[in-house]
Amino acid sequence: MTKRENYSLNFGPQHPAAHGVLRLVLELDGEVVERADPHIGLLHRGTEKLIENKTYIQALPYFDRLDYVSPMCQEHAYALAVEKLLDIDVPIRGQFIRVMFSEITRILNHILNLTTFALDVGAMTPFLWLFEEREVMMEFYERVSGSRLHSAYFRPGGVHRDLPDGLVEDIESFCNRFPKKIDDLEKLLETNRIFRQRSVDIGKINKEEALNKGFSGPCLRASGVEWDLRRKQPYDCYTEIDFKIPVGTNGDCFERFLVRIEEMRQSISIIKQCLKKLPAGASISDDPRIVPPKRTQMKSSMESLINHFKLFTEGFHVPKGETYTCVEAPKGEFGVFLISDGTNKPYRCKIRAPGFAFLQATEFLSKGHMLSDLVAIIGSLDIVFGEIDR
Amino acid sequence: MNNLKDKYTKEIYQLIKSLLTFCRYELIIDKGEININCSVKDLTKILLFLKDNPSLSMECLVDIAAVDFPEKSTRFTVVYNLLSISKNFRLKVKVKVSEDEALPSVNEIFSCAGWCEREIWDLFGIRFKDHPDLRRLLTDYDFQGHPLRKDFPLTGFTQVKYDNELSRIITEPVKLDQEYRNFDNLSPWEGMGKYLPGDEKSDH
Repeated sequence: MTKRENYSLNFGPQHPAAHGVLRLVLELDGEVVERADPHIGLLHRGTEKLIENKTYIQALPYFDRLDYVSPMCQEHAYALAVEKLLDIDVPIRGQFIRVMFSEITRILNHILNLTTFALDVGAMTPFLWLFEEREVMMEFYERVSGSRLHSAYFRPGGVHRDLPDGLVEDIESFCNRFPKKIDDLEKLLETNRIFRQRSVDIGKINKEEALNKGFSGPCLRASGVEWDLRRKQPYDCYTEIDFKIPVGTNGDCFERFLVRIEEMRQSISIIKQCLKKLPAGASISDDPRIVPPKRTQMKSSMESLINHFKLFTEGFHVPKGETYTCVEAPKGEFGVFLISDGTNKPYRCKIRAPGFAFLQATEFLSKGHMLSDLVAIIGSLDIVFGEIDR
Repeated sequence: MNNLKDKYTKEIYQLIKSLLTFCRYELIIDKGEININCSVKDLTKILLFLKDNPSLSMECLVDIAAVDFPEKSTRFTVVYNLLSISKNFRLKVKVKVSEDEALPSVNEIFSCAGWCEREIWDLFGIRFKDHPDLRRLLTDYDFQGHPLRKDFPLTGFTQVKYDNELSRIITEPVKLDQEYRNFDNLSPWEGMGKYLPGDEKSDH
């Protein structure tokens, strides 16, 4: 009899199914995964250290670069944390714009995740169909902030600029058109035999395990926990908006997929409600200590010019204190633990990324599955290395 | 809305105060967030209690954060961020730990703590007793030092590059073409206390 031994395999760091720079050291028994040891940190840029050396406004764009497929939701968490320490209010129009763009971000993120997940298990079409729509939404980003990805649009106190002319109508027509694309995506995959074989009962996790492993967002909801921060611990104007929370029962790759599909539909409904209710008024607080003066004011007023200069060199001083503030980012709970020592720079800014907990659970989820299922599991967890490695 | 939230936080505050009686700790509400300050030896007991007590049931450890205060007598503060999904509230448990002290690992209580503790070991150099696998997590394989400590410079000590002659990657001391510019914008006139800047020079 020949002796059979497990062998180890190096997966990544450059592998299209690793969704970034993930190195997995796998121990395989034939094709069955016995042990998976993720080696992360290949995209570590020291964001938290950099933030400690920047002023509060300069720190904001780093949040775009964490989870680079859902930038605005992360800015949202940071803006809320700073607002809490400063104890300032956001005008109601600013809140609606923020909620609307958070939901656009959610659709952006879910499109990327669902279609690349489908690509990982062999379906190319959804990717080609839906990335066109992603581009349309990134154009909305560009129109409000000037850039498609790293927008730096949400600021402490509101949003940087009000919506440009014509954008409301365009978002509305997009919202009327887009649900059909979601239906197409669902029709292509939901009943597809290959897709089901690759995802049903793969990477199952139950309620208790999911909580113990620190899951949040769609992955937790797929396991049957009705937990959504937008509903349970609402921030900005989510209290005034009506939406449903999709919940799964089985907690496998397929249900994580279904939950995200339904979340996109709910996001569309939220955007529509925001457009309908969008009040007139200012989109950013008028507190001159935090918000820079208007361009037109600066042309005629020396004091405004000085104020502008001071805000962008020295920045504002945040009173001593600390807060943990979190939002429901598309991937799950994204939190910022911000400590201020009363100066113009954060003393410490700990970033809680949802993907960190998901990736930690990869070993638990993939044990006993085939190597090819590991790819499906990573795809369904929605992992982006910008936020995990920070 | 906010009043309701504050009322609920107060209720939870009273509840913890009445239930958690077996050790010494400090309970504070700060900006609507509940904090527990406790000592290192009580940490596992308190966390286990918070998780298992049915009227609190904090089943989720969201995050562990460490903070460096070099000028304080006990250098580090480690913050355990807990969430109760069934009761819908959050709580922070804080312990102070010095440089040569080790914290007990809570990996057994919350399985997501494993990586959080590895990260803290990596970035702050705080040790965790009985951790199954305390390797570095985020920094490079042969990295030296703990970068999130306040005495670690922003630029680091070494830089990595590909050397054409040796045809391999080499590590060398960091060289900057321009000195890192850190502007001190703190105005001495703001939030002035009893003494004016320069007062320390006179001997009154």
